[in-house]
Amino acid sequence: METKGQSRTILNIEHLYSHYGEILALEDINLRVMEGEILVIMGHSGAGKSTLFRNILGLKQPSSGRIEILGEDLSKLHKKSLYELRKQIGVAFQHGALFSSLSVRENVELPLHEHTTLDENTIQIMTRMKLSMMNLADFENMMPSQLSGGMLKRAGLARAVIMDPKLLFFDEPSAGLDPVTSAGLDKLILQLRDAMNMTIIIITHELESAFNIADRITVLDRGRQLMTGTRQEIRASEDMRIINMLNREPGEHVLDADAYLEQLTKQR
Amino acid sequence: MTYLHRISKRCLDLIERIGRAGVFLAIGLWSSITPPYRPLQVLKQLYFIGTRSLFVILIAGLFVGMVVALQFYDTLIRFGSLAMLGVAVGMSLIRELGPVLTALVIIGRAGSAICAEISIMRNEQQLDALECMAVDPYQYVIAPRILAAMISVPLLTAIFITVGIFGGYFVGVILFDVSSGSYLGGMYDAVNWRDIIMGASKSVTFGLLMIWITTVKGFYLHLDPSGAHGSEGVSKVTTDAVVFSSIAVLFADYILSAIIL
Repeated sequence: METKGQSRTILNIEHLYSHYGEILALEDINLRVMEGEILVIMGHSGAGKSTLFRNILGLKQPSSGRIEILGEDLSKLHKKSLYELRKQIGVAFQHGALFSSLSVRENVELPLHEHTTLDENTIQIMTRMKLSMMNLADFENMMPSQLSGGMLKRAGLARAVIMDPKLLFFDEPSAGLDPVTSAGLDKLILQLRDAMNMTIIIITHELESAFNIADRITVLDRGRQLMTGTRQEIRASEDMRIINMLNREPGEHVLDADAYLEQLTKQR
Repeated sequence: MTYLHRISKRCLDLIERIGRAGVFLAIGLWSSITPPYRPLQVLKQLYFIGTRSLFVILIAGLFVGMVVALQFYDTLIRFGSLAMLGVAVGMSLIRELGPVLTALVIIGRAGSAICAEISIMRNEQQLDALECMAVDPYQYVIAPRILAAMISVPLLTAIFITVGIFGGYFVGVILFDVSSGSYLGGMYDAVNWRDIIMGASKSVTFGLLMIWITTVKGFYLHLDPSGAHGSEGVSKVTTDAVVFSSIAVLFADYILSAIIL
């Protein structure tokens, strides 16, 4: 799969540093994502994926560095301008983040009610279109508590794309899903990019999913950007940390549970 | 880290939390009076805080009025001043018991639920989702609750006081044969505007304190100094919110009484 429509930069990150108190969570991250591209950000738990996600979305202030989305420097935006920018961005959260007091349909149509002056009929048609795209047309009147994990993710995705955003973020699309549902969601993401020329940034630690959909992959490890490249470049990497990750072997910082238990048994 | 460092760090953390809560209140109040207005959300919260608290307020008001009348009857009869029963019941309900007990009942019934609901929204990234959808969480979540609390707490206090006065009437006039005229007439003559203003200002203040503390605790669940998160975090901040807002109401009650009296 070749990267499509690389006409302009959608996201540009330069020398990004981010801290939690005194803990350095991200160190010198540099990224450039082009229009129509699918970038997957990968890494073990605690690698800094979610922190990067929150920094890019403006939910967390970076310690230093520059984040530019759709040509706008996040650090220079006031609240109103940031909200204007966010109207062009869709975000699908790991567990859907649907409002439990609203039905699936009400959740999906919320951004349209908030940001457009469309009449109720048009809003309903648009909502049904997006729900049908996600195979959720029959579930529009259900409450989030009645949906499965995969359906929640798809409903969250429907809400994220209801405004036809230029840029879509998807946090852990495959986490906690069975392989069939996960593959279905991957297919849906590719369809979204192809049909709407959407730029998509996905955060995941699922290898299969990442290599199925990514144009390029960024690998994070303990807050550092190990590598950014195409799937082939990542596979060809000679960095042991990346090789270990691709071979599903724990890094040096991960506890080897079997060896530890054996050691404990011997001590007794 | 030395002992002095730890103490100074805690002080700085406390100042930061107080500052954050102050800014939260200012933004919440500003969001309540600036567009976009959300009448439907306010109505939903009025139903939740007001209508659904009505039954417990009616019961509490009735029994508090009855027990206050009973206590005053026992005291006043020793001094041959039973004619003062209506005055004593009315004054104590309007100036003290009505506002304080209504606030405490609403903290227990609605405040805890509001804190738990908002902290779960934080936990499940619903507040982040609002931000990402360019919907201001202060406008969408906090402002309707502030408005609803500011409207419903004074109204519920008025209902509490009214029912309490009738509870006192039942005990004093119907059970103990105190003259109906002296009970209601004495109350009418003795209660003045200052008492009404005291009761009203207390109920508005308590409503604001209740909604401020319960919403801010839930909203900043992720910044709670204990570091608790998930269901444990929700449980902790909800308990804290109930305890802190109850103490704040009692403290503010003394301050307001001292200022107005």
